[in-house]
Amino acid sequence: MTKHSDGKSCGKSRGNSTLALPMPAIHRRDMLALGAGGLLAASGFGGARAQTKAAPPPPAKPTGQVVVGLSQEPTAFNPLMPGIEVDETVWMQIFNTMWLAQPDGSLVPDLAVEIPSEANGGISEGGLAWKVKLREGVTWHDGAPFTAEDVKYTLELINAPGFKARTRVGHSLVKDIKVTGPLEISWRMEKAYAPYLALLSNTFIVPKHLLEKAADPNTAPYNAAPVGTGPFKWGTRTPGDNIQLVANEKYHGKGPYLERAVLKYVPDQTALYAQFRTGQVDLIIGTGIPANFYAEAVKLPGRKVMKIPSASLEILMPNLENPVLKDKAVRKALYASINKQAIIDIIYYGLHTPTESFAPQESWAYNPNLPKQSYDLALANKILDDAGWKRSGSGTRMKDGVPLTFAVSTTTGAALREQAQQLMMQDWQQIGVKMTINNMPAAVIWGDFYTRSKFDSLLVGTAFRTVIDPDPAHRFGSDAIPAKNGNGANQMQWQNAEADALMKDGQTTFDQAKRKAIYVKLQELVREELPILPIYQYAPVEGYKEGLIGFEPNVNARQNTWNMGVWYWAR
Amino acid sequence: MSSFLLQRLMQALLLLLIVSMIGFAILHLAPGGPMSQFAAGGDMTQADLDRIAEQLGLNRPLPVQYAEWLWRMLSGDWGNSYRDQQPVLHIIAGHLGPTLELMLTSTLLAMLLGAWIGIIGAVNRYSLFDGIATIGTMIALSIPTFWFGLVVIYVFSVGLGWLPSGNRFTIGDGSFLNRLHHLIGPCIVLALVSTAVWSRYMRSSMLDVINQDFVRTARAKGVPERRILMTHVLRNALLPMITITGLHVPSLLSGALVTETVFTWPGMGRLFLDSISYRDYPVVMGILMFTAVMVLLGSLLADLLYGVADPRIARSGR
Repeated sequence: MTKHSDGKSCGKSRGNSTLALPMPAIHRRDMLALGAGGLLAASGFGGARAQTKAAPPPPAKPTGQVVVGLSQEPTAFNPLMPGIEVDETVWMQIFNTMWLAQPDGSLVPDLAVEIPSEANGGISEGGLAWKVKLREGVTWHDGAPFTAEDVKYTLELINAPGFKARTRVGHSLVKDIKVTGPLEISWRMEKAYAPYLALLSNTFIVPKHLLEKAADPNTAPYNAAPVGTGPFKWGTRTPGDNIQLVANEKYHGKGPYLERAVLKYVPDQTALYAQFRTGQVDLIIGTGIPANFYAEAVKLPGRKVMKIPSASLEILMPNLENPVLKDKAVRKALYASINKQAIIDIIYYGLHTPTESFAPQESWAYNPNLPKQSYDLALANKILDDAGWKRSGSGTRMKDGVPLTFAVSTTTGAALREQAQQLMMQDWQQIGVKMTINNMPAAVIWGDFYTRSKFDSLLVGTAFRTVIDPDPAHRFGSDAIPAKNGNGANQMQWQNAEADALMKDGQTTFDQAKRKAIYVKLQELVREELPILPIYQYAPVEGYKEGLIGFEPNVNARQNTWNMGVWYWAR
Repeated sequence: MSSFLLQRLMQALLLLLIVSMIGFAILHLAPGGPMSQFAAGGDMTQADLDRIAEQLGLNRPLPVQYAEWLWRMLSGDWGNSYRDQQPVLHIIAGHLGPTLELMLTSTLLAMLLGAWIGIIGAVNRYSLFDGIATIGTMIALSIPTFWFGLVVIYVFSVGLGWLPSGNRFTIGDGSFLNRLHHLIGPCIVLALVSTAVWSRYMRSSMLDVINQDFVRTARAKGVPERRILMTHVLRNALLPMITITGLHVPSLLSGALVTETVFTWPGMGRLFLDSISYRDYPVVMGILMFTAVMVLLGSLLADLLYGVADPRIARSGR
């Protein structure tokens, strides 16, 4: 199997530079595609690997084009500015990061020569001092040489006060950035922060010589026609329709083998699938092929369709400040009376995998020994009886005058999720819980209602980690509750001193074995306390035309165009 | 005439101001906002979200936001898209071409076909043709566009493989024939409903005229039936159609929401839908104002043309 990164690391310090860190990725799209929840499917892959057995060699010079079908439109092209997950399909082609996560979880150097670690001296003083050596001979698409000044500029721009940076998580800890040579850079961290390695695998480096000239980098013309170091150069864009990228023949890595890559926006997922069927798009990635078409799609002649691994989970997210849901016994009873298997098999065509953990099953930090949930209404009834929730005349339980009732919200129009809500409602009715449905459009639900924890509970697809690192501190930390002026995304409002201590240790330790022990314990704690009720782990269905070589799903990349530079057509 | 024009223009400006206020208020007061697309990611901290909201000016009082928007709008700056970072006018201009291409073709088709059905139906009232046309019209008006679009794609693209299942042209082949090929599907869908509408207007307009005294007089004088229809009836029956055409102008430019979405046509309708779902306020307001101007211009044009076509109207009461 040809890998994008092989080319990047070859010729330099290949071999000793690879750091084995299996780190699955967060998938923003699952949150955005909440409305399309039913369109995503379970894990298991292999079609891509199977076809490469007898793959012909790549063409000598870039040849042909690929049309990638997307159901969301990429619109933000400065990779440091606010964008949605689909924008990364463009960033990954135009730009490079210092290192890149592989499907097996290892990081391989890209713009850097090696991954800094405590062993090679790249990270020292207990994680406070970082030093990175950069690759020689890399040029920007306009011909200018890539240097350490570009990296310095990028890290400084992210923290610049007036700049609309997408996120400053981790970057805000970076101080004293020093260029110590044309291709050498060092900086200090305010505190030891292990996930920064993962964050940098998703931080695209932008050119200083072009952006510093702009009066305001927020509105620079550059943002509409970016220049990078990646395998493809910016071509043309037809807003609302497509983006064309052209081969960068001076690319420092392997490839590109395609002359042109077209990112085609087809908003309606049924229409997108029709275009895949009729051959107008060569592949579907991202939100993927709707689950209800899966059985038909795998039989399409001339198409490879597969379930791909994803790091996102479908969960019921309770608001722990809700008078009912803050009772652990209630959460336990609710969890015991969710018929997970029925939801997966009947509603989602059996595509998903049930899960007990907040960590994806491909993660090195995954704990496979968590107690398995079983659908047990008698147990649920007993838990509630024991906790003092007494059945009232109407059948709804009460405790201290508070009825056991709450609402479950999700995005309006997510048909399969609505069916899941109804299944839960029926089950919970039998244990004396009255659940109501309070669905809203995406733009409403993801506003203050979600960020400021104004919901009772949400049915949602999301992930709990920092980029591709298992650290979930900004989702579970007591100081990460926006409704309590915290800085993070702990919308459940979970506060647990033991969890806080574990997460702090996990961030300041660089030893993977030690970190694993920490996160294994944290998963046990979360499974016991149930700040989230995990239902299943996602895997979308993606597909491509036969003859396309090089497509490889990567649970550690945000989009499966991560290695498009090495794609080509069998001739 | 000029004072009439001036008066109408003043009215139009006032209307535009009201439209902008109502539109702005509804858009901004509706729950949810542009931050939701970023918030949904989960890897944004609250500080990140607050900072972006401040930079977009979303944390200021609504009247201040409106005043700023209005001032910029009047000075020719329609703002930048939140989603796209591009100037709103630039975005609208980029979507106008595809919309015009689709709407002009389908409207022309629908007008010609609708007028023909309407005329034949009116002349042969209660005939078999008229009956079929009437029932057909009812069916066409009742079919949901979204469903019909999918049926066309399913039958002609997926099933028979005759038509492309969407897009304006095959990427890499922008030839005239290729474009024409791609136009057929969405045109069938759009023309179905429009033809029905146009044929009903035409039929009733013809019937209004066909029973009038001057037609009977002409007939009594022995003028050939064909000439009566073409010169006397049709000419007069077309008068109300001018108004309808004028009022149709905005829809030529604002696009067809559903059809553009189903057929992946990168026009104004889809832009509007996308912008609303992302709460891209500057673009939504831009399209709203653009459409409002077109509606007012269209009705003004209709009034003026009506006067030209029928001098009695131009003279009386103005």
